Amino acid sequence: MPDAPGLELIAGELNDAHPGSVLETYHDRGQACLIVDPGQVLAVLGWLRDTSGQEYWFLASLHAADYLPAEPRFGVHYELLNMARVERLRVRAALDDPGGDDLPELDSCVDMFPTAEFQEREAYDFFGIVFRGHPDLRRILMPEEYVGWPQRRDFPVGGEPVIFTHNEREVPRWYE
Amino acid sequence: MKTPEAQAEGKVFGAGAEEAAGSGVRHGTAPAPGRDRVAHTEATVIGTSPIERTTVAEPGSDPAAPGREAEEAAGSGSELMTINLGPHHPATHGVLRLLVSLEGEIVRDLKPIVGYVHTGIEKSCEDKSYWKVIPFVERMDYVSYYFQMEAFCGAVERLIGLEIPERAKYLRVIHLELNRIHSHLVWLGTSALDVGAMSMFFYCFRERDRVLDLFEMSSGQRMHTRYFQIGGVFEDIPVGFAEKVRAFCAEMPSRIDQYEALLTRNEIFLRRTKGIGVVPRERLLDLGVTGPLLRAAGEPWDLRKAEPYLSYADHEFRIPVGTIGDGWDRYRVRVQEMRESVRIIEQALEGLPEGPWIADDRKYVLPPRNELSTSMESLIHHFKLVTEGFRVAPGEVYNAIEGPRGELGCFVVADGSAKPARVHFRDSSFVNLQVLRDMCMDEYVADLIQNLAMLDPILGGIDR
Repeated sequence: MPDAPGLELIAGELNDAHPGSVLETYHDRGQACLIVDPGQVLAVLGWLRDTSGQEYWFLASLHAADYLPAEPRFGVHYELLNMARVERLRVRAALDDPGGDDLPELDSCVDMFPTAEFQEREAYDFFGIVFRGHPDLRRILMPEEYVGWPQRRDFPVGGEPVIFTHNEREVPRWYE
Repeated sequence: MKTPEAQAEGKVFGAGAEEAAGSGVRHGTAPAPGRDRVAHTEATVIGTSPIERTTVAEPGSDPAAPGREAEEAAGSGSELMTINLGPHHPATHGVLRLLVSLEGEIVRDLKPIVGYVHTGIEKSCEDKSYWKVIPFVERMDYVSYYFQMEAFCGAVERLIGLEIPERAKYLRVIHLELNRIHSHLVWLGTSALDVGAMSMFFYCFRERDRVLDLFEMSSGQRMHTRYFQIGGVFEDIPVGFAEKVRAFCAEMPSRIDQYEALLTRNEIFLRRTKGIGVVPRERLLDLGVTGPLLRAAGEPWDLRKAEPYLSYADHEFRIPVGTIGDGWDRYRVRVQEMRESVRIIEQALEGLPEGPWIADDRKYVLPPRNELSTSMESLIHHFKLVTEGFRVAPGEVYNAIEGPRGELGCFVVADGSAKPARVHFRDSSFVNLQVLRDMCMDEYVADLIQNLAMLDPILGGIDR
């Protein structure tokens, strides 16, 4: 894990290379995180991967989280790993909820990290985050025609009524 | 025996009635160009068949990556047939559905469809206090349950900043390595079954049952034991457990020798697995593959050595690494990992320190029951912990451990309440599944089954 001063150095160099990309940094419980502007996430990931001295070329995990009621609402996390130095760095793209029926959008990093293919599909499936440029963005774990973004914080845990024998005719299924 | 020119094109079975009538028995052709291995044998073929065999690749091309030449060689007259494998299928390890586009017997495209055992574990965890999440996340990858517990408990312990006692670390390592042996035994039995070696299944499950008996002895449950708690382990190991584990470890290497004697030099197993499913190391790293698949391809990456957690730094063990990463290498790596796990367990038992098995911090850990009748504070803490649970200051953490299938990561977001705001598991099977397409492209369907077995997917982890 880059320590706190190291993290500030990385953030500084990143802001020099791509101005305005790093919005915030935090170093908490021994883990380093960069909060970046979602429009420049590909530039940030590319810089971290290609710059000599950084070389975070292994994407261990790509996942999303809903920080409701905090703003910005969504965070797409990229867990980067430098295998040579065994250092992990988290990059969080802070996405806003556009509101209404629109879905938050972000550029897909599948070209840079092919491992992101299934993981971006999972983030789309559960949060409704659209990854522009993904070759095959469709639901992966929920049924294809499902309506709703289950993992969002405002989607209730008991989101669908339980269908017993006594109410199975009255309760509408998700496909109705 | 050389056959007429008409058959040298690659058709083994007679095309016309007159050829069939002429001699009902056809002999195998001279070795056709490419990887058409069956044609190499001088097998006797009886009768005619409407199936035409396609040959693939020109001579000299790499059998592991036939690629584009195969398509041209096969000719443009053949069309692709898309079939559906699963979700219920005797060969798939769980409810995995594969849409396979075939050209004859060659796989041209592969799409895995998952989600048939998705039970919304990650969503349900947001509604439970941190203790109650532990039995939930155990049940994701249902074969390596201790690893899920360790990933989650480790993440929460990092969030709280709780140090677990040494004895708890050693006990956790013992159980984790026993679970690794258990997981590899299940894999070996089912994979050998897929390839056709049915007796391996029974031998492996005999050993697996001994591991389950050990788990039952230490925690009362065979599977999904809820043994790891935030702060350590649930309770100390009973008298006699160490002796039983030692007896198991003493016998296990000879059992592994028996498995190797059945499979490692077995001609059928070698012909099924040698050179099959090779994916270059760089492509594996691009796809995020970790665990035995990556190590079989020659990359010595193991989180137990790279980022030692618990007591792994105190133990001496080696990381088995393969060479080219075909099915045989994957088999060898996992079998050797079983041997190394036995060594780790023996060392952990040797060095098992005395002391508490769970942390002493009453804010997060239940006080001992004998104090409840004498101490008011213990009673209050017990009450609050059981009803509401402990609260965790806001923050987020990603904790990665080395599971039997690769990097198992747990991401927990805490928002200050007694329930986690987000629990996400970076499951190794889910990420590893992406390599199945690369492994199976331009290979036979039979090799697809074998590749799937060697990939070792557990659908509970993929679907969560």
